[in-house]
Amino acid sequence: MSSTPPLPRWADIGLLPVLNLMIAMVVSGLVIAAIGENPFDAVAVMVKGAFFYDGSLGYTLYYTTNFIFTGLAVAVAYHAMLFNIGGEGQAYIGGLGAGLVCLALDQVMPGFVTIPLAIAAAAVFGAAWALIPAYLQAYRGSHIVITTIMFNFIAAGVMVSLLGGVLMQPGQSSPASRTFEPSSFIPFIHEILNGIGIEAARTPLNLSFVLALAACVFVWVLIWRSRFGYSLRTLGQSEPAAAYAGIPVGKTIVVTMLISGALAGMMGVNEVVGVNHRLVLNFTAGYGFTGIAVALMGRNHPVGIVLASLLFGALYQGGAELDFEFQTITREMVLLIQGLIILFSGALSYMLNPPLARLFARLSVGPRREVQA
Amino acid sequence: MNEVLLPFILTLDATLRLATPLILCAMAGLLSERSGIIDISLEGKLLSGAFAAAAVSTVTGNVYMGLGMAIVVSVAMALIHGFACITHRGNQIISGLAVNILASGLTVTIGFAAFRQGGQTPPLSADERFGPIILPFADALRDVPLIGLLYSELLSGHKLIVYIALISVPLVAWLLFKTRFGLRLRAVGEVPEAVDSAGISVTWLRYRAIILAGILCGIAGAYLSTAHGAGFVREMSAGKGYIALAAMIFGKWRPWSAMGACLLFGFLEAASSRMQGVELPLIGQTPVDLILILPYILTVVLLAGFFGRAVPPKAIGEPYVKEH
Repeated sequence: MSSTPPLPRWADIGLLPVLNLMIAMVVSGLVIAAIGENPFDAVAVMVKGAFFYDGSLGYTLYYTTNFIFTGLAVAVAYHAMLFNIGGEGQAYIGGLGAGLVCLALDQVMPGFVTIPLAIAAAAVFGAAWALIPAYLQAYRGSHIVITTIMFNFIAAGVMVSLLGGVLMQPGQSSPASRTFEPSSFIPFIHEILNGIGIEAARTPLNLSFVLALAACVFVWVLIWRSRFGYSLRTLGQSEPAAAYAGIPVGKTIVVTMLISGALAGMMGVNEVVGVNHRLVLNFTAGYGFTGIAVALMGRNHPVGIVLASLLFGALYQGGAELDFEFQTITREMVLLIQGLIILFSGALSYMLNPPLARLFARLSVGPRREVQA
Repeated sequence: MNEVLLPFILTLDATLRLATPLILCAMAGLLSERSGIIDISLEGKLLSGAFAAAAVSTVTGNVYMGLGMAIVVSVAMALIHGFACITHRGNQIISGLAVNILASGLTVTIGFAAFRQGGQTPPLSADERFGPIILPFADALRDVPLIGLLYSELLSGHKLIVYIALISVPLVAWLLFKTRFGLRLRAVGEVPEAVDSAGISVTWLRYRAIILAGILCGIAGAYLSTAHGAGFVREMSAGKGYIALAAMIFGKWRPWSAMGACLLFGFLEAASSRMQGVELPLIGQTPVDLILILPYILTVVLLAGFFGRAVPPKAIGEPYVKEH
């Protein structure tokens, strides 16, 4: 490490993620070629499917909404050096909270009461699902990764039990709740656009997207412009230093995880109140895990997370198109790409660092080298 | 007497069958984690092993070729994990997660392209699967009270891999605690600096640990698709790798205790499927879904330190940087 100078900032933030992404894409392309299809055709299909068909952009942005929430959840915890891989469970339980509010109030309250309460409930339930792992990490020293994994499975079991039991719509046999009253639906973007005279295709994109963007601003202010964010980042840099500086370590861990859980929980708003309008099984569909890839690619910064979410939104929507266009490629191809992105921009993110740094050192001129020495 | 005991014995029999992949994966996790590598990639190795076994078995018609390929593929996945987190000192959790998601994507992608059955392999015939092994004298002893039941019903008649799993426990215990390799492996998970200063390669030791883990997970995968099941179904590992991880922690990173936890978790699964729809006094319908999440709850309670303390290897999760 000491022998090579650090990378220029722009290369670290801009070039390295792009290079890592490109490696992941090249490997995915090789897999497609190995299957016997043309990777460039596949890319063309995905790009068309994600952006150019009627309504495809709406679908892409609908997926993006989910990934922004779960990506932010991972990022907030990561700044405190906490690895929250419980986003999946927190989103599931967050959706439960939003759903319970809708089921309780949709027939007696107007939407402008129900919807904000549902959003709040999603945040509270998501946070609550992160509380026990957070407490155990902070005060009992058990590893947050393991406990959040366990809580993902516990959430899944609880939801199966509830949706097949007390919450199941009477007279039905499928594990799902009744559909909410339309007054409690979060408005779809295409409805709004059509309302002001712009033609738009029906898509699941709804105002939760705006909520997601607001969450990005909130996270940016929280982490880089608030007192709490300062202690959070200090804790992430060095726990002993944080303790020495008088930062309450345990409390900071717990509060950070609560915020992280609340963000993940709000993904449930998009799915439950925005799109499905009822509680169904597995509405989280792995988006919580995708949030990890999103946070890694986006370098745990809200702007990066929006970009990475857009990329993954396009992958998911474009991937669905693969099913129709190819006989031998399915949408699970996207999982493969996702795995490769986590591998190259997460686990192997240091791999390109030394050679790249050496390259830059060679390219840079004399004076700068003297500074290094 | 046999009529009274039979349902109980059959539940235990199912316990053994359900615990087999857990035991193998838990032993794999144990070797890996004792060497200092967090192994949440058990799930991915299990899944890719299951796919490889079924795919090769159906193509070649030879179940042992399937088993061999399962091991090869699972070790390859382990090496990806190792390359990222041992060689390049990447985050072990992230790279484990990458392996799991890669396995989910790869198995379906390749399966779909190769067999055109929506990501499954064709159903396997009896020849392409492991058959039951009848232990000696099982038939002769069948009518002996109690012993006959225990021996002929419970112990005999399982697939080869069930016995491999049972043998893997003393084997791993012996390897870890009675051999020089095991001593070094445990040391490398506690104080890698000491091992390094003794002139032993930390990297190579950890690679060997994860390769062994890959082998065990591959066997477990072959069990899922070619012994317990009859073909590969997408996502067929269904969280078993994570339950095994929980069992290993529940067993406090010790082989015999981990096996005990696997049997307990296997029993919970066997009992819950037996209790489906059964009315219990006071509770009413058996809460099957809740019994199935008991392993996770128990593990969290253990981690909380409420009964005994589960202390992981000291150097776990930290990439080793050699000092100059």
